[in-house]
Amino acid sequence: MPAPIRLRELIRTIRTARTQAEEREMIQKECAAIRSSFREEDNTYRCRNVAKLLYMHMLGYPAHFGQLECLKLIASQKFTDKRIGYLGAMLLLDERQDVHLLMTNCIKNDLNHSTQYVQGLALCTLGCMGSSEMCRDLAGEVEKLLKTSNSYLRKKAALCAVHVIRKVPELMEMFLPATKNLLSEKNHGVLHTSVVLLTEMCERSPDMLSHFRKVLILVPQLVRILKNLIMSGYSPEHDVSGISDPFLQVRILRLLRILGRSDDDSSEAMNDILAQVATNTETSKNVGNAILYETVLTIMDIKSESGLRVLAINILGRFLLNNDKNIRYVALTSLLKTVQTDHNAVQRHRSTIVDCLKDLDVSIKRRAMELSFALVNGNNIRGMMKELLYFLDSCDPEFKADCASGVFLAAEKYAPSKRWHIDTIMRVLTTAGSYVRDDSVPNLIQLITNSVEMHAYTVQRLYKALLDDISQQPLVQVASWCIGEYGDLLVSGQCEEEEPIQVTEDEVLDVLEGLLVSNLSAPVTRGYSLTAIMKLSTRFSSVNRIKKVVSIYGSSIDVELQQRAVEYNALFKKYDHMRPALLERMPIMEKTATNGPSEIVQTNGETDSTVLDTKHPPTITQPPSQGNDLLDLLGGNDVVPVIQTSLPTKPPSAGGELLDLLGDLSLTGAPPPAPASVPSVPMSQPPFLLDGLSSQPLFNDIGTGIPPMTAYNKNGLKIEFMFERSNPNPNIAVITIHASNSTEADMTDFVFQAAVPKTFQLQLLSPSSNVVPALNQGNVTQVIRVLNPQKQQLRMRIKLTYTYKGSPVQDLAEVNNFPPQSWQ
Amino acid sequence: MQFMLLFSRQGKLRLQKWYVPLSDKEKKKITRELVQTVLARKPKMCSFLEWRDLKIVYKRYASLYFCCAIEDQDNELITLEIIHRYVELLDKYFGSVCELDIIFNFEKAYFILDEFLLGGEAQETSKKNVLKAIEQADLLQEVCCSLPSS
Repeated sequence: MPAPIRLRELIRTIRTARTQAEEREMIQKECAAIRSSFREEDNTYRCRNVAKLLYMHMLGYPAHFGQLECLKLIASQKFTDKRIGYLGAMLLLDERQDVHLLMTNCIKNDLNHSTQYVQGLALCTLGCMGSSEMCRDLAGEVEKLLKTSNSYLRKKAALCAVHVIRKVPELMEMFLPATKNLLSEKNHGVLHTSVVLLTEMCERSPDMLSHFRKVLILVPQLVRILKNLIMSGYSPEHDVSGISDPFLQVRILRLLRILGRSDDDSSEAMNDILAQVATNTETSKNVGNAILYETVLTIMDIKSESGLRVLAINILGRFLLNNDKNIRYVALTSLLKTVQTDHNAVQRHRSTIVDCLKDLDVSIKRRAMELSFALVNGNNIRGMMKELLYFLDSCDPEFKADCASGVFLAAEKYAPSKRWHIDTIMRVLTTAGSYVRDDSVPNLIQLITNSVEMHAYTVQRLYKALLDDISQQPLVQVASWCIGEYGDLLVSGQCEEEEPIQVTEDEVLDVLEGLLVSNLSAPVTRGYSLTAIMKLSTRFSSVNRIKKVVSIYGSSIDVELQQRAVEYNALFKKYDHMRPALLERMPIMEKTATNGPSEIVQTNGETDSTVLDTKHPPTITQPPSQGNDLLDLLGGNDVVPVIQTSLPTKPPSAGGELLDLLGDLSLTGAPPPAPASVPSVPMSQPPFLLDGLSSQPLFNDIGTGIPPMTAYNKNGLKIEFMFERSNPNPNIAVITIHASNSTEADMTDFVFQAAVPKTFQLQLLSPSSNVVPALNQGNVTQVIRVLNPQKQQLRMRIKLTYTYKGSPVQDLAEVNNFPPQSWQ
Repeated sequence: MQFMLLFSRQGKLRLQKWYVPLSDKEKKKITRELVQTVLARKPKMCSFLEWRDLKIVYKRYASLYFCCAIEDQDNELITLEIIHRYVELLDKYFGSVCELDIIFNFEKAYFILDEFLLGGEAQETSKKNVLKAIEQADLLQEVCCSLPSS
């Protein structure tokens, strides 16, 4: 049998193969030869054959038939055999196979071998892939070697012990005695591995940790070693770019971190050395920065004094300016970890962080984005948002969803004004509309409903955006919803924020119908637009056109659309009287817990300094308990169109006094339509009453011919009632009060309240203002709706409060002179 | 460190050192995925990336990629130094090392690595000591007759 070819020869041959098939053929041939050689129990060439097998294994070919051969090599007395045998064991054997247990005895013997290089092989293999059983069997040997004076073996034994502890944590105790004088070694290899061992033990067991802190008093020892490393002169053996043994320095710093964590004494003992390392380490090369990085991590994790913490953050700030992108990366990662606890210090580096948004590296950009969101607060929101929106425009698609969500969250928390908020949302929807998360759509809709005075502006901008582009589904969905809801505002050209556009009902319906037929629209979007069209039937006058559209979709293939259309059709045909009620303006939605990825924007405990909206929306003096909840949720002094439904649970300032005085009259308000977590949250309207959230006249039908009446006229304050009957429901009387002031001074903080007998139900909408200007210069108007199903004579008790020339005024009155037509 | 891989620009594996127990199949899968990910990186990108729940530190030396998988609490920058130290050791041993040296002498590359790292951690921080140990072990190999047993 000719001698098997040498390893190098084989490698050369295999590399000449031009195709995969050729290579496979060569490999198979050689494997066959190796197999027969193994069968013959050839001792001489076993080593060579296994080496070749290992090469073929690396190329990806199966080599399991060589496993037992490795064991035979390990058992051999030749060093060459052992070397390859152990290598083969590490590559081919793993702890799942029982075969590996056969190694245990060999390893045991070799751990006690007279040649240290053999012992070394054994320690290395055990420390690399020893299973729990093997570790249990051999821990004693390892422990013995941990105490040897031979530093070559001692260092290997230390790392082997680390592996044993990881595999069998209960054995940790066993190594404790040997650790006593590990740190008094001079040999750096032993020192390094000892520190690793001590770190492992401290991390795993709090008992060990306190033992090392208090009994062995490790911290001063470590501080001393570290100091020597820094102060000592040039040591060629351990020098890396002018720094002495950076590997050891880093490991010591890491162990100090664990020892100093939540321990004041230890932290204090290491304060000086940390400051020294932080200030003296050379930063021109990666190796110096590696040490600084570890130092920063340690400073941030222990109980360090604030000066040291600021030093650490500043180091990170300098890292951000480093040319080396790796350094910038670790800086951003570390800052992200500390932004919660040291927020102000990190804020100082905000502009550098924002610059990193423009970095070319994806990982750096992502971290910069996360950090930027964490740093947004009420003070910097405008500037930050500009940068973040710019980033959103130009970033990779993988970032857009997270960035958009982050922008929404930040805007919600810190928007300086409603207009700004809506504009920001629009910007996100138009630039990254297709990447916005699905749950953003309902959140945005809720936000929009809450910004009552911006409805006209919002719907106008959304309409214009739709004219440009209907491909981005979230944008289209929000826009459809708004048009359906506020289409009347759109066509009536009421926008105050910007130049109102002239839009006809037909044009709006054209756009919505366009969405229905467009290929770009997702099924969900189509659903939105069909519903929007339907809602417009109570807001527009072109009902016939809407009826036609709806009936067409009654035979749509899309089941969802079909169902909707059929139901809407039925609404037109059989339940037309219910239609207005069903399609009326939505109430303000209750804000639930934050939706979306809240980890992107982190709370920073800074006070919000939201700028009050410069517009003058009517603010109603709310009884504090109900008002503040909603105001807090909306993060500022946003106006909530409040309906003063006089619920019995209201605190005295609003309803209690009336209750006292009105005896038999009940103060019923409408039950809130949505389950409110705060029972006295004012809801915008009860379900049975009709359209219209604003204090405008609700229906076009004003000429009912009921004459107005004066309800109150005293001390210069005159209140007139104007009547409208709502067409579909004759039981409802709609009264608009006009309050005027003929005196020479304004009446401020004006509040009108009313109560009606039990058989009636009353609803007050928001007043136009709470200042009645002097000298009849203007009116305060407010709408009252009264439901009178039993057609009883209408009676009302009213209460007026206002401030006149600095003093509060209050008055009660009964109104009994209602014209019969108003309640018959 | 959980594992270290060396591979060429064409994705051919030149060395694999695993410090965690995984099946052959899993190792192959991880290798394939990671090689693909690292090779897709552009030159201007930083040396770190997140992959699964690990941090990957990689550096290219000539035609070889050195790729390490470290855990969350490990220091990425010092890992770059570890990689660099290993390359220096190979360079000293082979004399201006190139990929071919590692291909034809892969077992020596492993021996050197095993004198530098053990269980994923550095066992010796002195370049001189690592090289001395390898030298002695090589000498021992030359002595062809049996070793006196324990």
